[in-house]
Amino acid sequence: MLLSVKSLRTEDMRRLAEISGEAVAKCYQCGKCSAGCPLAADADVPPHGVVRLVQLGQIEEATSCATIWLCAACRSCASRCPRGVDLPRLMESLRAMVLRQGSPVLHASQIPADVLARAPQQALVSGFRKLSV
Amino acid sequence: MVYAFYPGCTLHSQARGFRESTERSAAALGLELRELPEWQCCGGVYPLAQDSLFPVLPAARNLAAAANLGAPFVTVCSGCYHVHKRTNRLIASDPEKRAQLNAMVEASYDGSGEVLHLLEALRNELPAGELAARVQQPLTGLRVAAYYGCLLLRPEDELQFDDPERPSILEDHLRELGAEPVEFAYRSECCGSYLSVSAPQSARRAAGNVLNSARKAGADLIVTSCPLCFYNLDEQQPALQAADYDFQPLPVVYFTQLLALALGVWESPWYAEEHRIDPGPVLARFGGVKAAGD
Repeated sequence: MLLSVKSLRTEDMRRLAEISGEAVAKCYQCGKCSAGCPLAADADVPPHGVVRLVQLGQIEEATSCATIWLCAACRSCASRCPRGVDLPRLMESLRAMVLRQGSPVLHASQIPADVLARAPQQALVSGFRKLSV
Repeated sequence: MVYAFYPGCTLHSQARGFRESTERSAAALGLELRELPEWQCCGGVYPLAQDSLFPVLPAARNLAAAANLGAPFVTVCSGCYHVHKRTNRLIASDPEKRAQLNAMVEASYDGSGEVLHLLEALRNELPAGELAARVQQPLTGLRVAAYYGCLLLRPEDELQFDDPERPSILEDHLRELGAEPVEFAYRSECCGSYLSVSAPQSARRAAGNVLNSARKAGADLIVTSCPLCFYNLDEQQPALQAADYDFQPLPVVYFTQLLALALGVWESPWYAEEHRIDPGPVLARFGGVKAAGD
């Protein structure tokens, strides 16, 4: 991977900044977000790693992480970040870049029948809000 | 005092015990909950992308309707509270978005109305000691894990509900009822949220962490104010038991169910079908509630 200033001045970087309103350059990679993330154990790239990918302009790799689909915006990270980086907003913006291409990640047909029968609407409404367009 | 009550979608279906205990407790305490006419689902989650206002339209409409009633907006569901409180702040603080939202929902709301969780309304109306004085059946000796989860607490600057790392409103409330809150590390950790429909294994692990932490702290049961937390914590327990021989089940109830019980306004049925883990045996000694099989 060859990095240059050009990697940071891409259309994807401009769109991500527009959707998220976040300045990822603020992050100094302390890893506090990853230490407190309740879903980090299941993530392929830790939350601060996703931020690093974005800092380096690697949007395609960032949107390929399982991590962005595991973030439920509980905000443990954002509440503790010493640099005030809003990671849930960044994760949602990365999801939006994928979802807005038209392919939902959550399909009703893939939810097990027993879950559909007992899960509160809140779970379904929230899930489809976050994981489909 | 009169409140514009927003029950939210789940109180009319899977969480009827939540709704009934809320209504009975409020009536017993003289809080007049008037259900907001033609309310709409808030969407469950607050949108984080900054370039679209459509996802907050229902909440904006609900808030404008509450303002028309001239009453504070009150809800018991953590998700509804989270979405409406943040939307209200958006309307109050961003003139451009306020104008756009008002144009779309055909209202002229300025964001000056109050958005309250029932716990806040109770604390305002019944300062320390006053709720305790109304308790008919103290929950003496009941060790309760007060679970906040995430939606009530964060983002703390917008919600201003309680200290995000060291909240106390739920524990204070439980002490008024005579119960004994236990300290446990995972009380403000995520339960897995909607991942229960998209990544069930991850949701189960998150819920298991919360339950094990509460159990280790010596809790008899766990209380929540969120139907999604309720579902994740309660529903996952048979699977957690199957996967871990040492896992001990822990009943989950809504905070209003303990409130109604303590106020002496809770009768059977317990809506047993809404619980995987029957709270009856733990609560039978406080009257009102029948254990399964009685």
